Amino acid sequence: MDSAISEVLPASRTPLSQTADNGLKIVIVGGFGVGKTTMVRSVSDIRPLNTEETMTQAGQHLDDLRAVPYKSSTTVAFDFGRISLDTHTVLYLFGAPGQERFWFLWDRLFTGTLGAIVLVDDRRLADSWYAIDRLEHHRTPFIVARNDFGGKPHSLTEVRDALDLEPQVPLIDCDVRSRASSKQVLIALVEHLQNLMTARENTV
Amino acid sequence: MSLAGRDDDPDRLYTLTGGRSRPSRDCFDLVTLVVGEAEPAQGMQSEHAAILRMTRRPVAVVEIAADLRLPVSIAKILLSDMLDAGWISVRHPQSALGVAQLPDHTTLEKVLVGLRDL
Ligand SMILES: Nc1nc2c(ncn2[C@@H]2O[C@H](COP(=O)(O)OP(=O)(O)OP(=O)(O)O)[C@@H](O)[C@H]2O)c(=O)[nH]1
Ligand SMILES: [Mg+2]
Repeated sequence: MDSAISEVLPASRTPLSQTADNGLKIVIVGGFGVGKTTMVRSVSDIRPLNTEETMTQAGQHLDDLRAVPYKSSTTVAFDFGRISLDTHTVLYLFGAPGQERFWFLWDRLFTGTLGAIVLVDDRRLADSWYAIDRLEHHRTPFIVARNDFGGKPHSLTEVRDALDLEPQVPLIDCDVRSRASSKQVLIALVEHLQNLMTARENTV
Repeated sequence: MSLAGRDDDPDRLYTLTGGRSRPSRDCFDLVTLVVGEAEPAQGMQSEHAAILRMTRRPVAVVEIAADLRLPVSIAKILLSDMLDAGWISVRHPQSALGVAQLPDHTTLEKVLVGLRDL
């Protein structure tokens, strides 16, 4: 068994610095096929990894779980990558499915997250309504990035209206197949966070 | 292949964690960094030994789960046992998020500098 395990360990993945001690999170949410994994891949130091989180059904007691271990839980897979920002700070990017039934995963991912990027395909904007509601409810700062799937039937103003975005929420265009563009999306989010903080300090 | 994996039947996962569904400590974030403090040894549970081999450098909880091909919740149970045994140490995220979850200016500035350097 030991040998079986060592065989499946990653042969080589850029290791973190020995001094790394601060993990940060940013979540990328969006509907099926909107480019979440592509964006994680574009900017990460590593190839995207995949894992899963489980939620036990509410109202389930530990004793019940012992009786029926893991059978009453819902599982959702997500992928992630990472960027070493300096010798201490590592930014983890999580790509999470936007569908309503995965709300529990985001609630978990959103906790302690710097902020979120909502990726949208403007031919399927309704796919992101629920995610945006959830982010607002959770008070997680976010920006919206429209991924470029060719042909632009809508103006950004139309997209903003269709998503019913608050005026201060940034809405930008991107092509997440490009590393530079994905990087700009991340920078736009962090600048938005800075603006939010400055605005808050000025109102105190 | 005998490595426990997410495709395993529930009984296998149940055995792996001694039937528990929760870690003894609830201190692991997905991005908590784990560092091994012991050498893998004979007689250790094979997953524990595997975790020690992968944490010679800091590694996040979520990476450990992905590499072991186990659900995050199961990885956390294994890790909390190892923490109790003194085999690993942990480095928690430092960005204490304030009211309405905004991080501090210093952290944001660091992130921006790092991103612009990419
Ligand atoms: N034209 C175009 N295609 C893209 C872009 N981003 C991603 N794609 C393609 O769209 C497809 C889906 O991208 P993924 O990154 O797998 O999307 P996802 O959101 O991770 O999808 P799921 O995890 O299945 O929900 C892939 O074939 C990508 O190559 C883009 O900016 N422009
Ligand atoms: Mg994907």
